[in-house]
Amino acid sequence: METEVTDDQFLDIRDLEIGVTVREPGEPPRDITIVHGVSTTLGKGKVLGLIGESGAGKSTIGLSALGYGRGGVEITGGEVFVNGRDILNLSRPGLNRFRGKEVCYVSQSAAAGFNPAHRLIDQVVEATLEHGLMSRSEAEARAKELFAALSLPDPDTIGSRYPHQVSGGQLQRVMTAMALCPKPDLIVFDEPTTALDVTTQIDVLAAIKNAIRITGVAALYITHDLAVVAQVADEIMVLRDGIMVEHGTTKQIIETPQEEYTQALVSVRSIVHPEQLPGEQPLIRMENIVASYGNGITVLDDVSVDIYAGQTLAVVGESGSGKSTLARVLTGLLPSSSGQITYEGRPLTRAQKDRPLDDLRDIQMIYQMADTAMNPRQTIGTIIGRPIEFYFGIKGQALRDRVTEMLDKIELPADMASRYPAELSGGQKQRVCIARALAAEPKVIICDEVTSALDPLVADGILKLLLDLQKRENVAYMFITHDLATVKAIADSIAVMHLGKLARYGTKTDVLSPPFDDYTDLLLSSVPEMKLGWLESVTASRRMESAGN
Amino acid sequence: MDLKTIPISAWLGIVSASLFAFAAIFAPLIAPYGMSEIVGGVWEPMSSKFLLGTDNLGRDLLSRMIYGARTTLAIAALATIVSFTLGAFLGMAAAVIGGWADQLLSRGVDLLMSIPTLIFALVVLSVMPANILTLILVMGILDATRVFRLSRAVAVDVNVMDFVEAAKLRGEGRIWIITREILPNALSTLVAELGLRFIFMVLFLSALSFLGLGIQPPEADWGGMVKENKDGIIFGIPAALIPAGAIALLAISVNLIADWILNRTTDLKGGRGGN
Repeated sequence: METEVTDDQFLDIRDLEIGVTVREPGEPPRDITIVHGVSTTLGKGKVLGLIGESGAGKSTIGLSALGYGRGGVEITGGEVFVNGRDILNLSRPGLNRFRGKEVCYVSQSAAAGFNPAHRLIDQVVEATLEHGLMSRSEAEARAKELFAALSLPDPDTIGSRYPHQVSGGQLQRVMTAMALCPKPDLIVFDEPTTALDVTTQIDVLAAIKNAIRITGVAALYITHDLAVVAQVADEIMVLRDGIMVEHGTTKQIIETPQEEYTQALVSVRSIVHPEQLPGEQPLIRMENIVASYGNGITVLDDVSVDIYAGQTLAVVGESGSGKSTLARVLTGLLPSSSGQITYEGRPLTRAQKDRPLDDLRDIQMIYQMADTAMNPRQTIGTIIGRPIEFYFGIKGQALRDRVTEMLDKIELPADMASRYPAELSGGQKQRVCIARALAAEPKVIICDEVTSALDPLVADGILKLLLDLQKRENVAYMFITHDLATVKAIADSIAVMHLGKLARYGTKTDVLSPPFDDYTDLLLSSVPEMKLGWLESVTASRRMESAGN
Repeated sequence: MDLKTIPISAWLGIVSASLFAFAAIFAPLIAPYGMSEIVGGVWEPMSSKFLLGTDNLGRDLLSRMIYGARTTLAIAALATIVSFTLGAFLGMAAAVIGGWADQLLSRGVDLLMSIPTLIFALVVLSVMPANILTLILVMGILDATRVFRLSRAVAVDVNVMDFVEAAKLRGEGRIWIITREILPNALSTLVAELGLRFIFMVLFLSALSFLGLGIQPPEADWGGMVKENKDGIIFGIPAALIPAGAIALLAISVNLIADWILNRTTDLKGGRGGN
């Protein structure tokens, strides 16, 4: 089938319907539709951002541009034209000639996408050679140009390294080079910066944007982070549950969103939490904590922080900064090698197994992944009820009443008690974990990245609930996160961690007002802001700084 | 659970295993003759009087097969229970406690497994008094090494999950962690293994009886019956093949059921159905 192709209809998706067959154990298979009649067009050299929460169908739509359905997903209706060719009706050899030549793909986890046994350069030029587009020396020359365009260090020699010899952010850029190497017309970016730390994300983002501009390739940019997509996309399509909510230019979506759902996405993080000043006596004082994991490498070096009753200490840092280790030291799972923890004015036993039951009850924990934090074979009633039974010896009807009361506190209906974790949504699961921690009536709850696995709107609900419960139950939080927006929303005091050391520590106002130390400055300025041109202004100011030095 | 989702292969297994179990339970009611009653000539062919013919002493083969099912299945089942209780508990304890206890148990199991099972059993059984209790214990303990390895491997995986850490942080004891947090999550794998181990027990018992160290005559059991009638094969008498066939049929039926259970449990683990 031939169609008139103009430059603004380079990619043309019409009434796309995508379905999947669900096979639940013990039930007959059934078909469900996950994308309902989505249509869009994309011009040559333009970038379309696909945004939505998990399950919105954004990755599925992105992959359909390669004529591919992942894990039993099938394209059940509609048409996808690339350069005027209906790719859904291509034969398998036809698809093989098309994929990796005209359309390429950049996945979320570059570490899982590269073969650890081969050198980077061989993998970068593989598709180009496979399609016979260039000779090996031409392809390698192009790869080196792309490495340079993506501001990778040592562009001439980095290709001879193995995947484990470069950092995560560099690997993500190498993968982008791999996608750009065969000179495709379209690239699908599937959450390319989601797995990266903020300070790395900004470099990768700038590199990708620069490479798109230089090569003139069109792109579908899939992400759940509106602030990120606002920096690279020309147009944005907002998706929810497989249905297109809104489609417009980036400027229009960010500044004048029409639909209620888009407005909610744009205005997320609207929590206001007045900062509380530290009291006289800290509830927990951790002094000069040093800790290591048995192999002699110090993970925490001389860290001192205070937690006050009914207040939130936010511990911020990138992966590997030692923030989770600090929590493990407080719980006693990893006894510190030196340093002192004082709890209510008396020293707290180092190892968890030697602590009295009352101390264990007073320090509770909420985990990042609610899925693995709950026993899948226990009902919600058992999960929430066990701490009550265990610490207070309450049984029978009284226990069931307490569980109902706890469910009410976390705004879930009472009949949830008989359900299993698998039957709950992500946000509900995290609420149950909060209830389990709260059921022990603790003085401190350690929240380890509790919102980072959740969609922004759901995470917002969880944060509001946590703040609300703090006010009512006067519980203190040690809130571990890499997300500075969350910190700004809920913290009373902040500890910034970097390479196992405390980079900055104090009340929220102190930590977040200048003058900054270098690391805090870098961290704060790397958080994407939801406005056009943010990326350019940050990179420009950094370039000026480094030129000035 | 919907009965329609059970595949035909599993149905075949269930039906034929139930027939064996039925014969074992109601042996005195359905057997046409007594177990050690001499009712005819030596190695009489199949007839309406003796449906499967007679054996080397002129006893009815069908009756002995039915009584044999009782002995074989009961002893195999008891030995499986011993091996599972022992192996699963020690395996999970090793995973949860870790450290020197894990080393001690695991290396002990390695030591026991390094000696060929059959030879080890032969030595022990020829020294110990030959009764059914000894037999069950020897079979159970030797097989517990396999169960130990499996349950330890499964428990190590479950033990690193956050919900186990949450239970430890709460201050729960080891018994609670093993029985309430880990066991329910390891159960489906263990149940599938149970079927396989049961069949190995049947084969093990039959091998011991065939070698003369298992069930002692005149008690009937399938392995012993193969031994009693093996000389008939030279004269073209099929009496030895009938208990052998029954062992094979039982093994296949239980395997079909175990396969089906294993499939169901991997479905549960796979998360999103189709993958």
